[in-house]
Amino acid sequence: MAANHDHAHHGDDHLDGEADFHVSFKGYAIGFILSVILTAIPFWLVMGKVLPSPKMTGFVILGFAAVQMVVHMIYFLHMNAKVEGGWSMLALLFTVALVAIMLAGSVWVMFHMNTNMMPTPDPAAMRNMP
Amino acid sequence: MSATIATHVNGAPVYYDRSGEHHPPNSTMLGFWLYLMSDCLVFAVLFAVYAVLGRSYAAGPSGADLFDLPLVAANTALLLFSSITYGFAMIAMQARKKGQLLAWLAVTGLFGLGFLGIELYEFAHLIHEGAGPQRSAFLSSFFTLVATHGLHVTFGCIWLVTLMVQVRKLGLTPANRRRLMCLSMFWHFLDVVWIGVFTFVYLMGAL
Repeated sequence: MAANHDHAHHGDDHLDGEADFHVSFKGYAIGFILSVILTAIPFWLVMGKVLPSPKMTGFVILGFAAVQMVVHMIYFLHMNAKVEGGWSMLALLFTVALVAIMLAGSVWVMFHMNTNMMPTPDPAAMRNMP
Repeated sequence: MSATIATHVNGAPVYYDRSGEHHPPNSTMLGFWLYLMSDCLVFAVLFAVYAVLGRSYAAGPSGADLFDLPLVAANTALLLFSSITYGFAMIAMQARKKGQLLAWLAVTGLFGLGFLGIELYEFAHLIHEGAGPQRSAFLSSFFTLVATHGLHVTFGCIWLVTLMVQVRKLGLTPANRRRLMCLSMFWHFLDVVWIGVFTFVYLMGAL
């Protein structure tokens, strides 16, 4: 087992990735408090029917979700432009772009397809047909 | 350099990798991050399916009829608490406090199991009411998306218990710390996905 502790360039038995992964109580506490606030407000908006129109509420809570995702990325996943020499951030941006294209594209295409479908006959009228 | 050490056996040089560092530094964390990003795409596809089919009720119940928002709020709270307790576990790991680390991991696991318990109760309740996955396209896509997330949490819990046993038996070795860091990313990533689920599926469905 002695060989395992013989890390010539490590000094202490530090992992290579650990420098990027420095965690602090303060970071987690800030992330947690922000998350609680950003979760509580959307639930309150929906359950209390605070805003005048459901459509407006929908857009507002989507905004809160986006902000909370960023908070989690920064404070819990320790994401920044320097982790792994920037490669993590690059992979994240690429994924976000793909997800945006996939989500927006699917909704757009299917909405247009539904709108331009041949009109289906009214079932009540069908029943009275000769 | 500890990666390759040459010795001479019968005059021929023999190379061996003494500390298992044949890969460049940081590759595990980056590789795991890439896995999480591909997992993100899996969830994105399921979200897209739900976005397309989420209003196709087939004359069945809608989200507003079915969803029990206080229960979802409780579930969200459990997952959020499990995130912060895993954070405390990582702090304990950094301070090399094995007992504290195991305790926080146990608390995290209990929150995870609580989350799964509530989710299973919700699913059983829906199916009992006749709102199972085969009822409508909305419910099919709902069950697929939410259950895929639940399955991830299940495997996260199994992984967590495995690591607790590993840390108990082997201590805080570099390999175990690397595994704990990977699970940390996995666990927090699932919380990020849950933000999408409770906002897009439950809250917007209940509007």
